[in-house]
Amino acid sequence: MRMKYVMSEVLVGLWRNVTMTIAMIITMAVSLTMLGASGLIYTKVADMKQLYFENIEVSIFLDADVTDEQRSALDAQLDADPLISQATYVNKDEAFQRFQEMFRDSPDLLSAVKADQLPESYRLKLVNPEEYKTISDQYTAVEGVDQVVDQSQVLDKIFNLFTAGQNIALVAAIAMAVAALLLVANTIQVAAYSKRREVAVMKLVGASNWFIQAPFVLEAVVAGLIGSILGLGALVALKIFLFDGALSALQGLFAPVSWGEVFLTFPVMAGVGGLISAVTAWVTLRFYLRV
Amino acid sequence: MIQLEQVTKTYPKASRPSLDNVSVSIDKGEFVFFIGPSGSGKSTIIKMLLHEVTPNKGRVVVNGKDVTSMRSWKRPHFRRSIGCVFQDFRLLPNRTAYENVAFALEVIGKTKAVARRVVPEVLELVGLGGKEHRYPHELSGGEQQRVAVARAFVNRPLILLADEPTGNLDPDTSIEIMRLLDRINRTGTTVVMVTHDSNIVNQMRRRVIEIESGRIVRDQARGVYG
Repeated sequence: MRMKYVMSEVLVGLWRNVTMTIAMIITMAVSLTMLGASGLIYTKVADMKQLYFENIEVSIFLDADVTDEQRSALDAQLDADPLISQATYVNKDEAFQRFQEMFRDSPDLLSAVKADQLPESYRLKLVNPEEYKTISDQYTAVEGVDQVVDQSQVLDKIFNLFTAGQNIALVAAIAMAVAALLLVANTIQVAAYSKRREVAVMKLVGASNWFIQAPFVLEAVVAGLIGSILGLGALVALKIFLFDGALSALQGLFAPVSWGEVFLTFPVMAGVGGLISAVTAWVTLRFYLRV
Repeated sequence: MIQLEQVTKTYPKASRPSLDNVSVSIDKGEFVFFIGPSGSGKSTIIKMLLHEVTPNKGRVVVNGKDVTSMRSWKRPHFRRSIGCVFQDFRLLPNRTAYENVAFALEVIGKTKAVARRVVPEVLELVGLGGKEHRYPHELSGGEQQRVAVARAFVNRPLILLADEPTGNLDPDTSIEIMRLLDRINRTGTTVVMVTHDSNIVNQMRRRVIEIESGRIVRDQARGVYG
């Protein structure tokens, strides 16, 4: 009976102040969507880093007039280096083949370059791709080396872009969360005011504190949960229309976002939404009802 | 049943204490009037017995429990042994007489079945048999106060506190309410009543404690208003 009473009070409470309830749910939903999106970007960036860095190469280009001694000394040094997992030597002919493959659509360029114009090089796979800097410092000064080039520098710029996007989403999530929080506090105050007579009688006859507070706190929690369900809906829509739709051309560039990952954000959003609402409501009641 | 031991209470920013070294002892089953001018400290005593304010000095013991040191989370349970009636009735306007009384039971965890058994009984006791389903605005002032008394008494409290219960009622109705409180007192319930109504005090001839500027100036068994 008491559970039934509490639940009916919650529904009545949400309905009594329905415009406020809707505002509360919408801000909560937007905030949680941003939070979920930010979380998804975060895991995707981590996935993509792994994906890209696995395939990343550092290239050491040799001087055009490199001597055999210099080359074999460098070869020995690369073999002995613990930071390098694999070093492949590419001679002028192979470099020319690669060049031809890469630019087979531009015959002008192909005819302008002769086989002996391309430098010899070593293609390195690093044990830890992020230690590129050490490799670069170590080998730029070695005799016979022209320059050390790392693809990860370009990638870093791309990832910085993603991280910036993630941060923007996170800041927006926090700003909306603050708005949602204030709306919850206000809604609870209004609800407490409209039930002030009941609350006064309940306090007088000795109803327990949790029994007085439960309908208000649950009211906020229900709004938070509805907000998180809408947030999930927004993320699903984002995946369908943005990721699988408009951005599908860039599929090879991004690590794919699976349905599993989208739905996994729901418990997080629901937990955060519910918890924030509950705590805000409870704190508001402590100030406002002094129960 | 109720002990105030050298109780002093000064509200923040007040120039003089509301209660100044007050000691009172009230036994089980007594009927006590607190009288005195407005601002003399009568209401502070009621609030103290309800654990709404705590004294700065001294000790307050109600039903064998030291209210002075009681933690606030124990307050709800403590209140269940005290019934309360006020000048302004404090009924819920959107609930019938029956529902008002039942509400008080249900919010402390009693089942609807218990309410169905107990509420008609207590409404009968206060003389509202047949008016269970009227809303407060359909009842006279005296009848509303009867509902309030029924609500205060439905839990069979050991103590009934009444803060000017006749303040809004005409003399005849007041006397009916007093008869009701007297009947409740005869069931063994201790009744503590704060009042300005000299008529009632003189008719009842019960213990009278007069307070002035926070001090007890008279404590008389079978007293009059003065």
